[in-house]
Amino acid sequence: MFSIPVFLESFWPLFWAARYTVLISVLGIALGLVIGTLICAARLSPYRWLHRFAALWVSFLRGVPLLVQLLVFYYALPVIGLDVPALAAAVITVGVCASAYISEIWRGAIAALPKGQAEAAVAIGMTPRDVWARIILPQAFTLSLPALVNELILLVKASSLVSVVGILEITRASQAQAATTFRPLEVYIAAACCYLLLNLCLAALGRYLEHRTAV
Amino acid sequence: MLAASSVEIRKVNKHFGPFHALKDVDLVIEPGKVNCLIGPSGSGKSTLLRCINFLEEYDSGEIRIDGQLIGYEAPGKKMSGRRLREMRRSIGMVFQQFNLWPHMTARENVAEGLIRVRGMSKSEAHERAAEALTKVGLADRMTNHPARLSGGQQQRVAIARAIAMEPRLMLFDEPTSALDPELVGEVLNVMKTLAGEGMTMVVVTHEMGFAAHVADKVAFMEKGELVSVDIPDRILHHPEDARIQSFLRTYHERNNF
Repeated sequence: MFSIPVFLESFWPLFWAARYTVLISVLGIALGLVIGTLICAARLSPYRWLHRFAALWVSFLRGVPLLVQLLVFYYALPVIGLDVPALAAAVITVGVCASAYISEIWRGAIAALPKGQAEAAVAIGMTPRDVWARIILPQAFTLSLPALVNELILLVKASSLVSVVGILEITRASQAQAATTFRPLEVYIAAACCYLLLNLCLAALGRYLEHRTAV
Repeated sequence: MLAASSVEIRKVNKHFGPFHALKDVDLVIEPGKVNCLIGPSGSGKSTLLRCINFLEEYDSGEIRIDGQLIGYEAPGKKMSGRRLREMRRSIGMVFQQFNLWPHMTARENVAEGLIRVRGMSKSEAHERAAEALTKVGLADRMTNHPARLSGGQQQRVAIARAIAMEPRLMLFDEPTSALDPELVGEVLNVMKTLAGEGMTMVVVTHEMGFAAHVADKVAFMEKGELVSVDIPDRILHHPEDARIQSFLRTYHERNNF
């Protein structure tokens, strides 16, 4: 039988574990934004080798499952003599993986802008830097917001994968709890609720940002 | 009276891949004069206009603004970006699709170039932007975003954005072609005012009325060639060239009902 008290009890350890889920997702998306922006810039640059590197980066990281990337990264580093804590390894892998998707989100948004937007700025005599900073990127950001929020939500869910390198985030914590209490159903439903709650908050944040930047 | 530029176009050629878009085009535009470019679509009018501020790179020939070659240091050697930007500062451009920046208000659209290019303080730029918007009759629309303005109002903001930079030459690329018919007049009126102030203007247009009444010279283009340039009356009412006669016949047929 499904026990409501057990269900409610199992939330507390999960909330505590959720700090890792949030930490990995937030740091992951932040890192992904930084690297993704650089990769997108490389992809759009006139230098052929930079362009190729970016294309390779995107196709490799999109083509290999995050779980496999995590395992490779986590077990490859000690081999080359690097002792990276599991949490750092997880954040880096998640961020790097997200960068591939984010750079494509940026590229799509930039390509969607009418050519006349930049032309009007160029005709006035603005520098390429100002054209990007003042005209292209602010509009590309607004255009890509829904896709970026989508990516962040995917990341929150994908962060469950880092349980394989031993980080006690929501999924791993619920597994541990299920094993000790022998009440898997209550615990896993509680875990599902935790993820849902997190992502509903993110979706609301996304709607708020979209509303604020709407023109 | 504004300072006005002259434009000299000599033997300009432009290819898009195998397509020969401009063929040995010659045209001289005197300071303070209004030149209209007319002709069928695809004749190279817009391409020629876009070559004048080097938004489009011409392949050979020369375009000089006040005697200064634009785009090239010397034939075949491109001008530095910095030098090109300096030259563009004194050339205003108005586009068919307005190209206002949707994330800025009308006043911010006008002020942006003053701040970034002319290095004005924000308050100074906003004051100047307000003057320019008042001049085009939009004093009450300054805080509106482009999406909240009609097409005619948007195009007038675009004109204000260009004139706020105090250009000596204005380029208009079919400024009324994207407008609903009832909004064309307000834009043409603003352009007439500018013409009256002695601004050098090059206008690609299908508005034959504007060409007839405001232009000092009308140039007719077809298939990349500049067929003829003359005073409006001789091009529009007494054309000798068969190509111009045929173009005007089509134009009148379409506008008669």
